[in-house]
Amino acid sequence: MIQERKTSKEISGMGHSMKRKEDGRFIQGKGHYVDDIKLDGMLYMDIVRSPYAYAKIKSIKIEKAMATPGVVAVVTGRDLEKYNLHWMPTLMSDTQMVLPTDTVMYQAQEVAAVIATSRYAAADGVEAVEVEYEVMKPLMDPYKALAPGAPLLRPDKKDKKDNHIWHWEAGDRKKTDKLFETAEVKVKEEIYLPRIHVASIETCGCVASYDKVNNYLTMYMTTQAPHAIRTVIALVAGHVGLTEEKIRVISPDIGGGFGGKVPVYPGYVIAIAVSFLVGKPVKWIEDRSENLQADSFARDYHITAEMAGTKAGKIQGIRFKVLADHGYTDAAANPSKYPLGLFSICTGSYDYDTAFIESDAVYTNKPPGGVAYRCSFRVTEAVHAIERITDKFAATIGKDPAAFRMQNFIKKEQFPWKSPTGWTYDSGDYAPALQKAMDVIGYDKMRKEQVEKRKKGEIMGIGICSFTEIVGAGPSKDFDILGIKMFDSAEIRVHPTGKALARFGTKSQGQGHETTYAQIIAEELGIPAENIQVEEGDTDTAPYGLGTYASRSTPTAGAAAAMASRKLRDKARKIAAYLLEVSEADLEWVPGKFFVKGAPEKSKTIQELVFAAYTNHPPGMEAGFEATHYYDPPNLTFPFGSYICVVDIDKETCEIKVRRFVAIDDCGNIINPMIVQGQVHGGLTQGIAPAMYEELIYDDEGNILNGTLMDYLVPTAVESPSWETGHTCTPSPHHPIGAKGVGESPTVGAPPAIANAIIDALSPYGITHMDIPITPYKVWKALKEKGVVKAI
Amino acid sequence: MIPAPFDYSLPATLPEALALLKKHGDDAKILAGGHSLLPMMKLRLASPKHIIDINNIPGLSYVKEEGGFLKIGALTKEVMLEESDIIRTKYPIFTDASRLIADPQVRNMGTIGGNIAHGDAANDHPAVMLALRAEVVITGAKGQRNVPIDEFFFGFYSTAIQKDEILTEIKIPTPAKGSGGAYHKLERKMGDYATAGVAVQLTVDSKGSCSYIGIALTNVNATPLRAKRSEAVLKGNKITDALIEQAAQLAAEDCNPSQDLRGDEEYKRAMIKVLVNRMIRKAQDRAK
Amino acid sequence: MEKEITVTLNGDPKTVTVEPRLLLVHLIRENLNATGTHIGCDTSNCGACTVLLDGKSVKSCTILAIQANGKKITTVEGLATAAGLHPLQEGFKENHALHCGFCTPGMMMRAVELLEKNPNPTEEEIRRGISGNLCRCTGYNNIVKAIQYAGAKLRGEKLPSTEPVFV
Repeated sequence: MIQERKTSKEISGMGHSMKRKEDGRFIQGKGHYVDDIKLDGMLYMDIVRSPYAYAKIKSIKIEKAMATPGVVAVVTGRDLEKYNLHWMPTLMSDTQMVLPTDTVMYQAQEVAAVIATSRYAAADGVEAVEVEYEVMKPLMDPYKALAPGAPLLRPDKKDKKDNHIWHWEAGDRKKTDKLFETAEVKVKEEIYLPRIHVASIETCGCVASYDKVNNYLTMYMTTQAPHAIRTVIALVAGHVGLTEEKIRVISPDIGGGFGGKVPVYPGYVIAIAVSFLVGKPVKWIEDRSENLQADSFARDYHITAEMAGTKAGKIQGIRFKVLADHGYTDAAANPSKYPLGLFSICTGSYDYDTAFIESDAVYTNKPPGGVAYRCSFRVTEAVHAIERITDKFAATIGKDPAAFRMQNFIKKEQFPWKSPTGWTYDSGDYAPALQKAMDVIGYDKMRKEQVEKRKKGEIMGIGICSFTEIVGAGPSKDFDILGIKMFDSAEIRVHPTGKALARFGTKSQGQGHETTYAQIIAEELGIPAENIQVEEGDTDTAPYGLGTYASRSTPTAGAAAAMASRKLRDKARKIAAYLLEVSEADLEWVPGKFFVKGAPEKSKTIQELVFAAYTNHPPGMEAGFEATHYYDPPNLTFPFGSYICVVDIDKETCEIKVRRFVAIDDCGNIINPMIVQGQVHGGLTQGIAPAMYEELIYDDEGNILNGTLMDYLVPTAVESPSWETGHTCTPSPHHPIGAKGVGESPTVGAPPAIANAIIDALSPYGITHMDIPITPYKVWKALKEKGVVKAI
Repeated sequence: MIPAPFDYSLPATLPEALALLKKHGDDAKILAGGHSLLPMMKLRLASPKHIIDINNIPGLSYVKEEGGFLKIGALTKEVMLEESDIIRTKYPIFTDASRLIADPQVRNMGTIGGNIAHGDAANDHPAVMLALRAEVVITGAKGQRNVPIDEFFFGFYSTAIQKDEILTEIKIPTPAKGSGGAYHKLERKMGDYATAGVAVQLTVDSKGSCSYIGIALTNVNATPLRAKRSEAVLKGNKITDALIEQAAQLAAEDCNPSQDLRGDEEYKRAMIKVLVNRMIRKAQDRAK
Repeated sequence: MEKEITVTLNGDPKTVTVEPRLLLVHLIRENLNATGTHIGCDTSNCGACTVLLDGKSVKSCTILAIQANGKKITTVEGLATAAGLHPLQEGFKENHALHCGFCTPGMMMRAVELLEKNPNPTEEEIRRGISGNLCRCTGYNNIVKAIQYAGAKLRGEKLPSTEPVFV
């Protein structure tokens, strides 16, 4: 179900499943990704990485590497130190080594960079660099890292006396503690959400090209936020003369981002430094193993989740405690005010007024982060916790999880809803979405089948997740990254012949912006979407914006597109009034033209009006037809949905088969249903991935045990079920086109639905919780503990 | 991920290849499909100084029945096994295994000779060969020798092939009437190496007793492992539920799995038990 | 020890001098400047580098360029003809079977051979047939649809609807 369409197929405004404008190049091998860039005289960089998680660097010998054919230079932390470029800020105002001068803090950390005339020579050079380490015992367990007397991991931070990074709270501690003293029913669960990795199929990389003559840096790179990166580069390298007007960041086609291409990685900075020093372009492209082992991770949250309520099934409150393992530095990509991201959305879709969240972050000897994994600032963690504990509560009081959710949903008429942690949910209508999912999957029939199967000793489970997301960061009063407010921008130029060029501060990594932004403008101006060229990702041409992540592009830049279009429509109205010799008030707009009220034959098309703006504009009016808008959202948007999953488990091998998965999403008004569905499909596969397959695993010595795609188990088409998706439509009341974000809802909603289904399946055997990823091995172990399966 | 430099030869004949092997000794590696070797070279876990590409040697790629044997040339690609009519209709155990090896592109390059010669207990063909009592034909400067598969796998990545020899053919005795076989492995996801894998080949004679039995296991031992005690339980007997259970139990006891990301020892033993049970039944069905 | 090799890339013969260790994917991308073929991993798991070598789909990151000497290489750049897009290209676009586009060339090259060998595959056959190609964006549903669409087109049958289906 989507909103009613207002434009014809020719115009293809909102609600049309227009085929993507960008696909022509991708299907013909003409996509242009960073590694496709080749510049004259370009050098190649490869990186020497630490085999140890925690070690002192005793010496770095570069002689053999320098003698390797093709090697031009080897750069170490000591070299960068001379220019004060060996440290950089993280997006969370922490600090991170670019290259170490004395200590490595995690396995696969950058230790030195080899610059050579070819990719192959650079790789040979890396093999020839000799580094002598003094290995130290790493701190891998965040609880041990916080224990009194734990070795101090960040002595470089003068104010730090321990490994604690920050403490953050939301909600009302006193009120919540009081509720938990008196509540009839209390349930509690320890939930661990392990480290995972976005593993976009394109790894990270860049070509840094410094022009000595003009003191001008062109940086082609895999970034989701080119403007913010330009500012960060200026902050890091301004003191050597690379000020912001001398830096151009170009983000070409990006082969998937999902949050992993938001941070600034040391490789980028080293490439810039080398290009600056040698005056030649330098290309650096990560290998997959480097990508998995050293780039920002997601999650690594230890959560204690508690829920209080009545025996009759009324939820009264929650109390969550989080320990966030950030590795060696807090390189998360969260808004400044929210070091725990938007985790405090964890009160979920239910009506109660008491909640308290407290959280602490800690340093360990793991790679730094964390970033999102296709989710809006830690919302996946929040939703997983609330939806797991909700199921556990329902099971504890013997209620069906669907009926329990229905009983506790915030009602439609309660919106805007003020959450106990301070958010104002813009709109929602939760029960119909769950009901629709239940109808499609045949919930009652499934429950009956489950009863029959259980009689025969077969294992089948049904799991639900009714999530509320929080996306579109964000209002400037609360949201900034490194002080820059989280608005976003659109600039529209309509040419005399009525065709347009629109530029944005965001950057698509596959979301289809070239199509959807054109459709928003088409909706507002009536110019066919086909005739609107969309450009992003070049800081020299696009207006400043904070980039694409956290499902923010439609809520912010999409809104900016609508607002800029409306400015142009106002101008068109003035021109129409002038040409038709009537007052503006006498004009009426239908998509594509103004006509005189009561005299529809007297009209001017948008194309005629644009032409007039260049050829016959009214006296006193500025010529041309251009508008820019910086959109500062008044609130975030709160998409929601209900997902139901059915699993069958082999009682001997414990293999888990997702038999069906129904996803009903509500993201408000839909711009392009085909693209929204595609986003949901993809997000669902990135939901089953952490639920059943993916996890970054370290041993006690800090070695990563699965740092390649042989063991980091990205699902194939065989593991990924055939998804069934649909919608309800509850527009956002504050967004100019009533839209919300959607790209991440499925990644947020799917893992708890799958976990709940598996745990529901195993509940007859006394199993009440399992941490994701839930694998056949884990299920077998759990069933063995319960005496259901036996060792030989 | 770039391999270290090496020299490359493309011999046109087997004697030429053998001469190169002799000349370069331990510095040389044979390149067949390359899908085990090249990833190791890219990760620089292997850096041979000389690569001898045997793909130009004619007459090493075939599937044929001849003189009471199914003969498979060492350079026969997995995809040919998957698509061969002889294999599909008469040796479905191969089809089971081939379909589970890596992915279609890898099977377009990977060869059966390489799969076996690599000596990796995680590969799938070795167990199938053990169950079928294959013979491995190894060619050296002095000619050919036939090694029973039971004497082929020595240890971790170590086989009966000497450094101046090349595996050239696999010979499988044609199963008698009333035979059937099956292979399956548990994998964490499609294309993974086995958590545990089981190959079973059996013959049920006209009186209903098991006249031939081969049971072999993948990735639960330093070498591919034949479950001899399990075979002994069934051999010469009418196959009953109780005997299947016993055979499965013995295989689980006799394997030596080690703990890794795929699971611990007791889990892998339990999976071997389940799979042996299932594969015997499947082989029995196919024998009908 | 460099060697001269000749390959035919999308119908054009090319003679290049290469180091024996040069990987086929680098020959294609760097030496022959056909950058439509991508690299997504080190261990032949992702399939982004899939090309046709004498008509067989292979992972060009795990083959030496020198092994392609005398052979025909077809990449995504060679799919379309003067008559227009290949049915798979059309199928992928019409069915929204790509988002970021990075896995797409490899996915389509794999599907070319899949459909050649099995002109009317079931959903399960398609899913198993592309199990050597990872896609992180699409969730695979629409890739299956695109390959079915291309199959229908190649068989000369009525094309299935490309409208998204919602429950």
